[in-house]
Amino acid sequence: MKAVDALPKSPLGVRVVAGGVCVAFGALLIQATLAIPEGETGLAPLVAERLPESGVTNAVTACLLNFRGYDTLLEIAVLVLAAVGVMAVGGSHASAWKPLARQADPILSALTRLLAPVMVLVAGYLLWAGEHAPGGAFQAGSLIGAAGVLLTLSGYGRPAWVSHLALRAVIAVGFIVFVAIALGGMMVGGAFLEYPREHAKTLMLLLETWLTVSIGAILVSLFFASATPIDERTELMETDRG
Amino acid sequence: MITGVYPGLVYDLVIVSALLWLAFRILAEVKLFKAIVLFIAFGLLVALAWVRLAAPDIALAEAAIGAGITGALLLDAAGHMRGRAAPYPVTDPESGAESVGTKRPDESATAGGGMQ
Repeated sequence: MKAVDALPKSPLGVRVVAGGVCVAFGALLIQATLAIPEGETGLAPLVAERLPESGVTNAVTACLLNFRGYDTLLEIAVLVLAAVGVMAVGGSHASAWKPLARQADPILSALTRLLAPVMVLVAGYLLWAGEHAPGGAFQAGSLIGAAGVLLTLSGYGRPAWVSHLALRAVIAVGFIVFVAIALGGMMVGGAFLEYPREHAKTLMLLLETWLTVSIGAILVSLFFASATPIDERTELMETDRG
Repeated sequence: MITGVYPGLVYDLVIVSALLWLAFRILAEVKLFKAIVLFIAFGLLVALAWVRLAAPDIALAEAAIGAGITGALLLDAAGHMRGRAAPYPVTDPESGAESVGTKRPDESATAGGGMQ
């Protein structure tokens, strides 16, 4: 029990004070929530009014990629930085995508072989649906990332035709395409991140496609870097099962 | 303001109370593995709550990133930490004895009567 698989209990006094602060903060939050006036508030009417100009019909996608594209640009920049940071401290296997498991469980392998293509398909659907319904690059990308995590856990390593360099390039490509499109808008006479009106939908779809691929690769690379070989993982589950 | 009884009120109350209970359990749980499994369950319930709040975009992101990928990363982090000695004093729940965690984990496991 001395290894870090359980946390120490704090003294009673500390717990009472922390609990009191949490309850007070919770009460404050509830009061603030109840104080929000009902109905259409904030920028929702403005977004609805300008939606036809955005190139898409889903208000959330319009906000993320058009009206507030700057936020999304910085978000993907943060994700790329996180991946770079994890690779820098993660050591040799950070970007290696080695198979973690021995190719042991045939049922898990078979299930993964069935599931991974379906997950990629659903990711493609979410990406396309983002134009008019909930979905979009981040959701699709996280599904691709989840598929990668599942493949890694089931013992499938990096295919030989994907080089380390290619994986790193894929991590960067979403951000690069974003900046290119943002600067391209300036080239044709608009502002930074302003899409030419008639090409807005095409550009946003192109951008989202590359963002999806990048986000998937980033999330998987975060996972490789910290991944534990499968033997230790099963041991962890067994000892904690008490 | 509060609108009184509406369809789905019971469902919402169940989600809210389950969230509060799970949040408490996550914080009160001393075993990292159990806390992580509870955290994943918490993430899935938060996704349901987002659906009830008519925010399906956030629900999708929460389910995939909050519950899925974060859960996998946390499990990995716990797996990494297991092999190392604790950086803080750890009280053995059985004997009540404190150790600063400088022993190797395998030694301490035998000394402490094994892990439960």
